[in-house]
Amino acid sequence: MADLKIRIGELEFKNPVTTASGTFGFGEEYTDFMDLNRIGGIFTKGTTIRHREGNAYPRMAETPSGMLNAVGLQNKGVDYFISSIYPRIKDYDTNIMVNVSGSTIEDYVATAEKVNELDKIPAIELNISCPNVKQGGMTFGVSCAGAAEVVRAVRKAYSKTLIVKLSPNVTDIVSIAQAVEDEGADSVSLINTLLGMAIDAETRKPYLSTITGGLSGPCVKPVALRMVWQVAKTVKIPVIGLGGIMNAADAIEFFLAGATAIQIGTANFIDPAISVKVVEGINEYLDRHGYSSIYDIIGALEA
Amino acid sequence: MVVSANIPLGSSHFLLKFTHKEKLPEMLPGQFVQVRVDNAPGVFLRRPISVNFVDKQRNELWLLVQKVGEGTRKMSEYKTGDVVNMLLPLGNSFTMPQSTQSRLLLVGGGVGIAPLLYMGSLLKQQGCNPMFLLGARSADGLMQIDDFKQFGDVFITTEDGSAGEKGFVTQHSILQQHIDKIYTCGPTPMMQAVARFAQNNAIECEASLENKMACGFGACLCCVTQTQSGHKCVCSEGPVFNTKELSWQI
Repeated sequence: MADLKIRIGELEFKNPVTTASGTFGFGEEYTDFMDLNRIGGIFTKGTTIRHREGNAYPRMAETPSGMLNAVGLQNKGVDYFISSIYPRIKDYDTNIMVNVSGSTIEDYVATAEKVNELDKIPAIELNISCPNVKQGGMTFGVSCAGAAEVVRAVRKAYSKTLIVKLSPNVTDIVSIAQAVEDEGADSVSLINTLLGMAIDAETRKPYLSTITGGLSGPCVKPVALRMVWQVAKTVKIPVIGLGGIMNAADAIEFFLAGATAIQIGTANFIDPAISVKVVEGINEYLDRHGYSSIYDIIGALEA
Repeated sequence: MVVSANIPLGSSHFLLKFTHKEKLPEMLPGQFVQVRVDNAPGVFLRRPISVNFVDKQRNELWLLVQKVGEGTRKMSEYKTGDVVNMLLPLGNSFTMPQSTQSRLLLVGGGVGIAPLLYMGSLLKQQGCNPMFLLGARSADGLMQIDDFKQFGDVFITTEDGSAGEKGFVTQHSILQQHIDKIYTCGPTPMMQAVARFAQNNAIECEASLENKMACGFGACLCCVTQTQSGHKCVCSEGPVFNTKELSWQI
């Protein structure tokens, strides 16, 4: 049994397997299928300062080896999270991290301040990369100046572990990661979904009400791996890798590319118990290769 | 789940029967399962399929499936003994009537008749006398009629008049009789027409929706429908809704 513990900033994780925001609700949706206490952490559904209805149906289209979504940050707002959801999930023995989304710096800061008061939430993931709402933060996430500005403001308001989720829809993700690191982020998570679209040739109409949406699933994994590798070798803060991880072998690839932890997203929809299986598979891999710690393979790509 | 039978029903539908070595969990009428379709390269997500019938004595689950795309075509090739991974049961259910004396009409169109067979069987078991109004384009689109007849009177419409009364379900003469409650499942325009009839005649009406889904258990928020109280997940807060609750323009 290898040592799977990792650290992100001040925060310790029992293992490096977490679940990606927007694919795992608030954890409760999965308790019929798996034991939440067995994974390293949960990134909640994107939470905004106020209730959001999200985009109109249809919001989803299946694509080759993946799917597009355009949910548009549907959530009941941070106050509802604090009063109604937090009390039910706070005592799980895993790191529950709130994905903080917004469209203005003031909204990000106000939401982060409220979450900062919650004892059992040890970290937030700042979502500056949602492609599905007009002002879903991607306006901040696609430029170094914008990313730096929002992280600087939230860093002042939020005292615990601050993870910033990066958009792949940029020319140079490395420079954005560096800008975020310079402003005091404890970690970066990447990648959010890739902007894409799908068309029904018979009806000549888009499949999504918003025309474009975010692409996820195994089809994005090579892009995600490349970006994680590029960022991890440049920044000093730990990188959380995600994008198309369907099994333990995929997760191992992200560790080799330099990720300290991983998030499982779309795969949860196909196998709601996959995250626990990935923990077991990583352990089996480390044992089989004679490694005593997950850190033995982080960034161990032989190139 | 292990395939115990695969019965073609016409050229575009088939009935799959599954069994399991352990006793099947309790399933409610209106609930659905999420089938993982293996060895189909173009299929990524699970396929949500309504519970058509549960044969408790044989420990069998029936799924009535229409061949639509690669996933359901692959399912049509299942052979007896094949092992299929599915999540079940998912979603809410039709609600039972308050009185066994209620006049209940179950209105189905196309493959949407699927959940009404199981619902009808449970209504009959509880002492109700459900009536079924089933619509299809033509006679060869009618399925499971003998199964439905075990549980109540069956009324039929076809668009071309090749069986039953000619026209849409909402034009059938049975609708002129007194009805206390309607349960419906089928194409959205049909359900909306049924909901309009129910609304105009002050009849309770429950409809089972089939929006496109990813997860099937309320995590992804992809399959929402607009309701009087905002977006609701068809998978976890439905698939059955009281039609008064839906924001349908009817």
